[in-house]
Formats: sequence, structure tokens, C-alpha cells
Amino acid sequence: MHGRPRKSATPVDENASALKAAKIRSLQSQFLENHHNHIYTKEALEINAKLIECNPEFMTAWNYRKLAFEHNISSQSESEKADSDHIKSIVDEELRVVENALRKNFKSYGAWHHRKWVLSKGNSSTERELRLLNLFQKQDTRNFHAWNYRRFIAGLKNISDEKELQFTTDMINDNFSNYSAWHNRSVLLSHLLEKKVEGYFPKEIFLKEEYEFVRNAVFTDPDDQSGWFYHLWLLDQTVKVDMPNLVSSWPPHGSEITKTTFPVILLFNEPVEGVNLHTVSVQVENDITKNTTWSPLSANKFKCGQAWLTHLTIPPGEFNSSKIFQVKISSEYPQGIISLNGVPCSRNWSFAFGVSVCHDVQPEGHSLRISMGEENFSTIDVNSNMMNFLKSNFDLATDYEQPTSSKWKSELIASEIDQYRELLSWAECKIGKLTLARLLMANDAMITDTAVAPNMTHVEEVLQLYSELMELDPTHYQCYKDEYSLVFLKQVTSSKESLMKYCCQYKESMSLNITGNVCLRFNSLSLSRMGSFERLLWVQSLDLSHNQLHSIEGLEALQLLSCLNLSHNKLVSFMALDPLRFMKSLRVLNISYNEIGAHTVDTRRYLCSSPLSHTLDYDKRFEEFATSDEKVVNFWDAYSVFSGLDIMQLDITGNAAVDERFVLFLVKLFPGLKWLDGEELH
Amino acid sequence: MGELAAEQHAKYILKVEKKKDDIESVLMEHLRINGVYWGLTTLDMLGKLSAVDQETVISWVMSCQHESGGFGGNEGHDPHVLYTLSAIQILALFNKIEILDIEKVSNYITTLQNEDGSFSGDKWGETDTRFSYVAICSLALLKQLDKINVEKAVKYIISCKNLDGGFGCTPGAESHAGQIFCCIGALAITGCLHYVDKDLLGWWLCERQVKSGGLNGRPEKLPDVCYSWWVLSSLIMIDRVRWIDKEKLVKFILECQDKENGGISDRPDDAVDVFHTYFGVAGLSLLEYPGLKAIDPAYALPVDVINRIFLN
Repeated sequence: MHGRPRKSATPVDENASALKAAKIRSLQSQFLENHHNHIYTKEALEINAKLIECNPEFMTAWNYRKLAFEHNISSQSESEKADSDHIKSIVDEELRVVENALRKNFKSYGAWHHRKWVLSKGNSSTERELRLLNLFQKQDTRNFHAWNYRRFIAGLKNISDEKELQFTTDMINDNFSNYSAWHNRSVLLSHLLEKKVEGYFPKEIFLKEEYEFVRNAVFTDPDDQSGWFYHLWLLDQTVKVDMPNLVSSWPPHGSEITKTTFPVILLFNEPVEGVNLHTVSVQVENDITKNTTWSPLSANKFKCGQAWLTHLTIPPGEFNSSKIFQVKISSEYPQGIISLNGVPCSRNWSFAFGVSVCHDVQPEGHSLRISMGEENFSTIDVNSNMMNFLKSNFDLATDYEQPTSSKWKSELIASEIDQYRELLSWAECKIGKLTLARLLMANDAMITDTAVAPNMTHVEEVLQLYSELMELDPTHYQCYKDEYSLVFLKQVTSSKESLMKYCCQYKESMSLNITGNVCLRFNSLSLSRMGSFERLLWVQSLDLSHNQLHSIEGLEALQLLSCLNLSHNKLVSFMALDPLRFMKSLRVLNISYNEIGAHTVDTRRYLCSSPLSHTLDYDKRFEEFATSDEKVVNFWDAYSVFSGLDIMQLDITGNAAVDERFVLFLVKLFPGLKWLDGEELH
Repeated sequence: MGELAAEQHAKYILKVEKKKDDIESVLMEHLRINGVYWGLTTLDMLGKLSAVDQETVISWVMSCQHESGGFGGNEGHDPHVLYTLSAIQILALFNKIEILDIEKVSNYITTLQNEDGSFSGDKWGETDTRFSYVAICSLALLKQLDKINVEKAVKYIISCKNLDGGFGCTPGAESHAGQIFCCIGALAITGCLHYVDKDLLGWWLCERQVKSGGLNGRPEKLPDVCYSWWVLSSLIMIDRVRWIDKEKLVKFILECQDKENGGISDRPDDAVDVFHTYFGVAGLSLLEYPGLKAIDPAYALPVDVINRIFLN
């Protein structure tokens, strides 16, 4: 099937082919007859062996050999059973057939498995197997069947990880461009680290040497990918914080909010399970609340998520009080909060804030249409209350214990940065640039651990590197663009000063009870990816229009969001809007001028809640809701995402999926809808 | 180069279906049921499924069923999950899954799940993440996914995740695009893509695109049209397909056509076969090439077939 040249068949070719085919066909039918009649004689086995030689991919033929093996072993006479040579000869014959088949096709799954199966019956020689492996691994150093078989033999014969590690060293020294050897090296080192074998634990012992080892390879041939991927693994080993951690929350620590009912948001660095009453305690004044439920902002059947939510309400009896209630949220039993890799949270955290009851609840009578146009904003007066509002919302909760960074890590990273800056001075190497960008980000992230505000020392250089990569490697332009967007947002949200430049104050005439006082305006920034949500939990009004967003993954953490503008982006379906299903505060939504319904391929199809991924049952209520007029398949995802929301103002024009029928469907779906595409509804 | 020779490819598939006496056909007899799935799905994407006699195909497929409930690659061949999935997929194309004894087929598959959550291909015990995908996809199509231990199945697949973000056939095995497709597909179907580092894997996958625009299966290897499916569908499922140059890939696939005789090969000017014809057309469908029916990246069946099964 692979690598055969295309040529027209001549009559001579066709004849020869037909003759050969007829021979094999005859072998096949003889074999199948023997197989169905359980005939395992020497002659039958020979027919089978011939067939396997012609076609080592024929699984049934290998199955037959196993049946024959079992049959012939179990039907031995007493004298044969005592004669170990007899058994050995049967085993050897099987191994011979496998070896023949492998010589024909060293990638045959059936052949390798048969060998494993035979060997697991006993009677194997380590020497022989390693000899066979050396033969195949010399022929093709990337043969993953051979590498897997090698792992099997090492397990069967208790060959040490260190010995196998030396084998990878030899293979790499022989030829740096051996991704398979580098891969196996990383697997073996991980095992040695896990088992805390002396000389490999703690990891700083071997990391420095490995960095040197891979540097040789990469400096010798910077265009070969193998070493670079290994370097990425080393970097990950050096910097990763292999533990779930709370990175942000709302309300912010030390703030004072004025609400009767409000959300409490916990945002972790990765998806976790186990956030509940036992692991997290909620104290209102000095009473520990017993009836709060935490739910993950993610629909899946495993109750895990990166953002977790609960709602608190000031007890009704207290509504007329003017006092400020102290609320404290703290980790009661952090070890119960576990990452997807099974690692428990081991640090305690807590945050506290004051709540005063909201007396002046503005009635939501007839509202004006809310616009995010320039004319509706004024810049924030630096001395106003607004700044204080933002300050308190923005400051990092200082009660989170930050992981401390080790000296060896920062020294190692700093040294790597120097080395790769040097490489890039004489080699125009795209992965080299990418590696340097990653090293610089890792460096800054490590320093951040010990400070309150994120370190952005190298961010300009990193942005510059990604810009260069977009030009140097246009095939992967979007990959670099996405990373650029994320780094840019990190920079923008890293300090109050930089973030303030993107905040605007709504003018008094706007419906402030819906929009909030401040709008965060990230429009027209060429963003292809949205991020830094941990710094944006306070946002009520967000303008992301005129960007290049394909997805809004992570936006669900912004539970206070009531006004969202996503117009003029690249959202291709309602499934791309899936995070909105969790945003119950949303009242104003603009998704006009996207590409909803314009594509036959939906890349969010398996990343959202849907029956296709078994994360949501098909909602039968949709059929009751939809009239017979509407094409079920076209609107079920819109129904699924929107049916729990109370949207007051919606802009949706400029999307292929939106036609008259769809508009009628929406009006039915949002009974509270007052404005649609700029028109007031009655 | 420019165009997809849809007519020729349809003709090629119908021709291959009838050809049985040459050496290539004989050597593929053991996986004929896979071949039928590849051929028919391609015809459906080209809008030409009606050119085939449904009755004949279905009765032949059913003749491949073994008494254990599983299907063999051909009549009289031993059963295996790989062939069982193709049987189910073929019936799905014709909307005839109901003719199966669903319990019998499901039982065959569920008995192949091992203690650690992995799946064997058949009773002889070869374990591979390919079989995890095949089992999960089969049972999902039969609406019997709850008959296996999904949590353990997912745990096993995750144990095959490598440090480069990719997946191999067994724990510790090197990342390979084919295995990655199987693991990502299985995780997609079970709603577990949150276990995947999409940026890390997305980068490994997008680096499969080489200068010619084609995709290889792992670093420093040659491009091959079949990776237009394995790599591309994986990228689509994790929403990182923007990270490759789609136009260049379209061009590469079109260059692998035999426009005269029909069929697509692994590389330009190599011999064509049904396997690569299917993956080439499926790849083009994922790239939104005009005139082709959309194909679902996880179940590897047309989107309308999948929607019909799950959204009713």
C-alpha cells in the first residue's frame, strides 16, 4: 500500500499477477478449510507458514498458529512431555516463522504479537531476542514495533532502566536524528525519577547533563526536529508546577461588595475535581455555611473544571441591616482537590471580603439600547472612585501562598537562554527562536512566583520573537499568532496601569445596573485567542469586537459578565459559543458579523457540551419547543447553548445561519428580549 | 493541478470492488470489510453512494459475522474489533444498524475490555490504543457506550499519553499520528478532551506539515496522504487546525491523484489504492473542499449519518 511506484499494468504484468494470485488463493482456501476443521498436522502448518510468508498481515493465519501450538502442546504423549527439547522445537519453529514474516514486513503487528504470545509461554532466550532486536533496530532506527518489543523484553527479562538508558545514549551518539531514541530516553528517565533511583532523583541531578547532551545534537544540526522536542520536555521538567493551585477568585480579597446575592468564583491553574463542602469552607460572619453547593463551569460527567462557582445570599432577615457582613472562603481540606493527573492540592488558601446589602435595587423598567460605541464612553478620571473600584478588583489576593522557586531552576534557565541566544546568532532556526521565546517566558514565570505582580522583563523580546516566527514560518503563522495574543494579554493585564488604558467609563445616561460602570475594551487588537481570565474575573462589560477569535474557551469564568460584544470575529457555530451557557448574568450579547453557519466543518464540535461527546443528553424539550417548520439539526445547538439565558438585547445579523425562521426561533427562546439587531421589539 | 477528479475516483472504487483476481486484491482479502467501508464512505462523500447495491453489500457484511458476535475481515475469517467497527460503520451509512443483534455485537466488544481499562483486539490478547478507539466508536454508534467501564478506558488511554503531548499504542510507546487519532477520537467521543494539552499536542501535530505541504506521521518521516486524515482530524477535534497551511495541504492531496484512472496514492506518482483514496477525499472534506459531503472527524462517517444517530 505504501511506496509502490505508479505504472500501467501491461498484459504480461497482469498475467503474472493473476498466476501469483491464483496460487495464493489456493493456499488460502486450503488453509481456511484446515482452520475450520481444526486440522493441525505438520502439512497443514506448512501451508499456513507459506501463506504467512506471502501475507504476514493475515490475522486469522496467526490465530491458527496459536491454536495449533496449544493443540500440539496439550496433545503430547507422556514421553514427549518429559522431553523439554520437544517443546523447545515447537517454540523454535514458531519463532522461525515470525522471523521470516518480519523479514518480509518488519512492521507486521500480527508477527510481533505472535512472538510475544509464544514467549509468554516460557522458553525464551534473552540473547536471541536482543540479537533479533539489534538486527531490526539497525535496519530502521525508527521502527516503533521494535522499540515496543524491546520494552516488552526488558520487562519480561528484568533488564534495568539504566541499561536501557545507556542503549538510547548509544543510539543517539550514533545518530542524533533519532526521535524514537530521544522519546524512549524521556520515558526511562521519568521512570527512574518516579522510582527515586539514586543518581536520578531529585531531578536537578540529571537535568543539567541532559541539557548538555541535547545541546550537542541541536547545535550539530539545528534543523533536525528530534533534539528540539526533547529540549521542550527538559524545560517542562524544569519549570512545571505539578500541582493544582488556586490562581484567582472573585470577590477579591479585601474588597467590599454591595449585593444581596452574588457569585463566588474559584479559578485554578488547571481542571480539578473535588471542590465541595468538605474541601472548601464558606464562612459568613462566624457561621460556616452548610448548604452551599459548588459546581464546575464545565459540562462533563466527571464533575471537574478549572473554574468553580457557588452563589451566596445574605440571609433575608438581614436585608434592612446596614452592617457589613464578613465572608471568608478557605481551603478546609485542600488535599481533596485533585488535578486530572491525580495530584492533590497541597497548599492552603483563603480570601475574605465584606458584603453590604444592596438597598437601591434599580428596577429594570424600560431600558435604552446599550451600545459600546465610542460616544458612550468617557475615559476614567484617575482620581475618581472608579480607580478605587478597579484597584480593589484588580489586586492579587495576597493570601495565596505562592510556590517558592529554587535557585537551581533559575540558574539553569538563565544558562539555557544564553546558549540559545548564541545559537540564534549563527543559525536562522525557527524552532530555535520558539525555544528561546519559551525559555524567556519560563524565566519570567519563575520570578513571578516570589512577587505579587507578574514579571514581564522579557515580554517585549518574546513578542518580537513571535513576530519574527510569523514571517519566517508562514505555514504555522496561526500557531505563533495565537501565542502572541496570549503573551500580549499577559502583558496588558500584568499591571493596573497597563490595564487602565483599556478601560472606559460608561456615561451616566447608560443603564448602569446592567452594564456596570466600566467597560473593558479589547476591540480591534488582532487577538486570535483570548486568555488571562484570572485577571479579569471582575469584568461586567467586555468588548472583544473586531478581532479574530475562533473560540471563547475560558470565558465562562467571567460570571459577572452582563454585556459582551463579540461582533466581527471568526466564530463558526453556536457550539463555539458554548461557554455562554454558564453565563447566567448575560443580558446584552452581540455576535453579529461572525461566520456562524458558513462552514461545513465545526472545530468546536467535540469541545462543547453535546450528545456527540456524551457530555449532554439530547434535550427532548427542543423538539417540543421547535415547530415542525424548523429543521431540527440546524438549531439544536443554539437551543442547547441559549435556553438557560435571559438575553435582553441581541445582535446577530451578518451570520449565514440567521434567516427569518431562525429569528422567529430566537424571539421564542428569549421571552425577555427587548432589542434585536438594533430594532425594538414589542 | 487544481481539481478533484471526483468522477474518476468514484469509477475507480466501483472497479476495485469487482476486481478480485489480481495479486493486490488477493493480498487485501483479509481486510476486505475495511476496504468496503473505505470505498463506500468515499462514494458517500462524493455523493455517489446510490451507485452501489445496498442489499448485496449488507448481506455480504452480515456473512462476515462470526458466532461470537464479532465480524471477520471476510467470510470465514476470525473476528476482530477492527473488522467489527467497519461492519457497524457500513450499516450506519445505509441507516441499517437496526438489523444487527445489538446485544450480541456489544457483548463481543465488551468482553474484550481488560482489567486496566485497555482493549484487546480479539481473544488472543493484543492490546493497543487503536482497539480502545475502535471499541468506543463501535459501542457509541450502537448506543451501548455505558456497557463498558468508560472511566477505566479513559484512564488507560491517558496512560499512553507521552511527554510530547502525543499518544502511542501502549504506555511508553512513541507518539504516532495514527495512534493520536485513535486516542483523541476516543477521548472526543467520551467527552474527555479536557485531559489533553491541546497547545502542546497541536504544536506537535502542526509540525507534521512539511515543505511540500503534505503531512507526515511523526518527526523526520516522509509525508503521506493517509496522514491528511490522522493528523487533520486530530487537529480539528482539538480545534488547532488553523495552525497548518490548509491550502498547501489541499494542493498536496490533489497532486497524489491519478486523474486518468482514478484513485489517490500515498505520495505523488505512487500506485493508488482504496485506502489512500478514502483518506485523501476525507482529508479534502475536512479542509472544506467544495462539492464534498462533510465528514465527522471523530466517528469517521458523514456528518449527516452521525447527526441522524445522535440528534433524534
